[in-house]
Amino acid sequence: MARRVVAMRHAAGIGAAILVAALVLAALLAVMSRAEPGAGFLRSDWAAVRFTVWQAVLSSMISTLLAIPVARALARRRFAGRTLLVTLLGAPFILPVIVAVLGLLTVFGRSGWMNQLLGLVGLPEVSIYGLHGVVLAHVFFNLPLATRLILQGWQSIPAERYRLAAQLRLGPRAIFLTLEWPLLRQVVPGVAALIFVICLTSFAVALTLGGGPRATTLELAIYQAFLFDFDLSRAALLSLVQLVLAGGAALVALWIIPSISLGGGQDRTLQRWDARGGVQRARDGAVITLAALFLLLPLAAVVLRGVAGLAKVPVAVWHAAGLSVFVAVISVLTLCLLALPMAGWIASRQRGGVEAIGLLGLSASPLMIGTGWFILINPVMNPSDLALPVTALVNALMALPFALRILVPRLRDTLADFGRLSVSLGLQGWPLWRWVILPRLRAQLGFAAGLTGALSVGDLGVIALFADQERATLPLQMYRLMGAYRMEAAAGAALILLALALGIFWLCDRGGRWHAES
Amino acid sequence: MKYLTLAAGLLGASAAIAETPVLTVYTYDSFVSDWGPGPQIEKAFEENCACDLKFVGMGDGAALLARLKLEGARSDADVVLGLDTGLIAAAKDTGLFTETSVSADYALPITWDDAVFAPYDWGYFAFVHNTDMTPPTNFKALGESDVKIVIQDPRSSTPGLGLMMWVKDAYGDEAEAIWQGLADNVVTVTKGWSEAYGLFLEGEADMVLSYTTSPAYHIIAEEDESKAAAVFDEGHYMQVEVAGRLANSDQPELAEAFLNFMVSDVAQSILPTTNWMYPAVMPSGGLPKGFEALVQPENARLIPAAEVPAIRDAALQEWLGALSQ
Repeated sequence: MARRVVAMRHAAGIGAAILVAALVLAALLAVMSRAEPGAGFLRSDWAAVRFTVWQAVLSSMISTLLAIPVARALARRRFAGRTLLVTLLGAPFILPVIVAVLGLLTVFGRSGWMNQLLGLVGLPEVSIYGLHGVVLAHVFFNLPLATRLILQGWQSIPAERYRLAAQLRLGPRAIFLTLEWPLLRQVVPGVAALIFVICLTSFAVALTLGGGPRATTLELAIYQAFLFDFDLSRAALLSLVQLVLAGGAALVALWIIPSISLGGGQDRTLQRWDARGGVQRARDGAVITLAALFLLLPLAAVVLRGVAGLAKVPVAVWHAAGLSVFVAVISVLTLCLLALPMAGWIASRQRGGVEAIGLLGLSASPLMIGTGWFILINPVMNPSDLALPVTALVNALMALPFALRILVPRLRDTLADFGRLSVSLGLQGWPLWRWVILPRLRAQLGFAAGLTGALSVGDLGVIALFADQERATLPLQMYRLMGAYRMEAAAGAALILLALALGIFWLCDRGGRWHAES
Repeated sequence: MKYLTLAAGLLGASAAIAETPVLTVYTYDSFVSDWGPGPQIEKAFEENCACDLKFVGMGDGAALLARLKLEGARSDADVVLGLDTGLIAAAKDTGLFTETSVSADYALPITWDDAVFAPYDWGYFAFVHNTDMTPPTNFKALGESDVKIVIQDPRSSTPGLGLMMWVKDAYGDEAEAIWQGLADNVVTVTKGWSEAYGLFLEGEADMVLSYTTSPAYHIIAEEDESKAAAVFDEGHYMQVEVAGRLANSDQPELAEAFLNFMVSDVAQSILPTTNWMYPAVMPSGGLPKGFEALVQPENARLIPAAEVPAIRDAALQEWLGALSQ
């Protein structure tokens, strides 16, 4: 393949990448600097590594495989409420873990809806706890992400190709092989790798639904080393193992992704002439209905219980909600400053290996980053004063790999299509972004910003380490309500959290796709 | 440079004279929340101290200690409130705490003679259940029954640690066998108390590890009498919550005054219906109405603080071994 004409300046992108790497590594070094010889790597830590990898493999494979038919059905169908459905399907991924777990339990729990239904028809009850519970919850969280990412990829196939295929009278199978399969080969490994990394660092899900010490993940071992044993050397060691494992997995996956360019198109509405038959229609309908039921019933459960508790929510919760929104806004702005230059840099390179730097923020333990920065900030000033900015920054780092996954393919195509023209017109720097890239990247940027904002609203990692009661965000306030037996008020807070996360996501996502076909 | 330092020193000195002194107290999250004891304690203490009492809430007792170790001697904290007997030895090991002269006529089931930490409330760990069931009366019966329980991880929560010590104290070398018996009763193990209690209220388990005083919340605040704590004939392990002052505090007199205040009648009568634990000193008005309905274990168990670290490590290996199969 010939070298692509590059109109992109790299300095800002390289700078952002170095900054990201420095922020993560500085935290690791800070923790190591304070470490005294500790217990070292325990035998139980190896068991944790094994369990962590195994559940992540299962979760990412199942999520990705299930997402393919769902994304295909959504890509081929236009129906009333589709936009709303696509937005709602994104909801589980951005839900704070504790909210999602409560929703899942109402549906799949011991006395949940499903077991009541099974009881009615005389079938034995199913248990949500154990490895399958962990995987179920991870699929619930990640199926929407996989679907959205694959859907975005699907819709990047130019409409002209389908028109041509229709003129050639290609059937659904032939279209799948010529148009869709190459695309899947490009998109799916990256999606699976991303979900694998997300599940590697899973902590609260595995702990609540895992059923016991069998389900100890690395992140829990890190948590325990920091907060209970205060064994910083073991914590640093475990954090390093997690970084190498998750970062390494991501790197390997990124290198095997073939670099395919889809050629030019005219950004038209996606029409599918091949899928108008009744069987196709019915099958797509069934797939969409099943996915919607699986993803939306637990959300409905959160809403039903939340409405009942809303009246009991104390004022402090609303104050905390305000702070959460503030953190989310800072997070989104930080993300844009980091992700756009990095995406530009990565997209104008042949291979995507550099994207792994973006994955650092996700593969690193938030507790490790938080503790490291705490150690660095503490001699200079009171870490509590920086609680909100630090939380926003860590959240932006966590969301960075998602943003890159979303931005880079589209940006790569844009550069391939318009790179030569831009160079010949002398477009560079800001004008290039302003006139060529940003208009074509709007939908993807809105989606990425929405994800970041929503994830940030629900974050309960760093804030818990830094914050005092005046800077408590909404998830923290929800835990405090539970800690004071106020379960109904906590359910109300969970509903507010759900509404905020969805609202922020919807605003950004909608903003990005305003007057544009996604 | 010298002048700058001098100026800064003078400014600092005059600021210290002009401002009311600030007493910083580190505690766990639920203590400082609007519905916890924090706001009432703060108001009552500030009425007489001519100072500004500032609570800083962070996680639970274990997180509190980790934060303190992280900050070391630079910590702003004057007092730490919310450690328990399981953490006292580790807290003393940091060398950050200093002795207190607080003493009171404690209403604890044990004699208290710690020179560094003063207890402010306490409770018995117990399995809480719905009153529509007949709970087992000891760990062996529980292990043989098909009653489902939710417990907390001893590696991340103080109640989880308390349960592990409870079984160890009651059964010694037999503890591992007890845990093997319990393994199929354990629905799941959560990170902290909140998640476990939430799961129980969701109907995910028949019983949850909590406190004998937990039903008091339901009785008093919700007028709901459907929750009770099961009495085990092995006796019940205690959690004594303590406060201590830091050696590096710049407000040693205020810190000492605060520790004395925590065992005073005013503070002790606030705690039962905000922290939902027993007061360390019986308030003049007695226990609030509703507490008389709580079960009273006959036998209080507590492993002396100094012996906890050694026992904890061995017990943790047994616990892990029994529950990971």
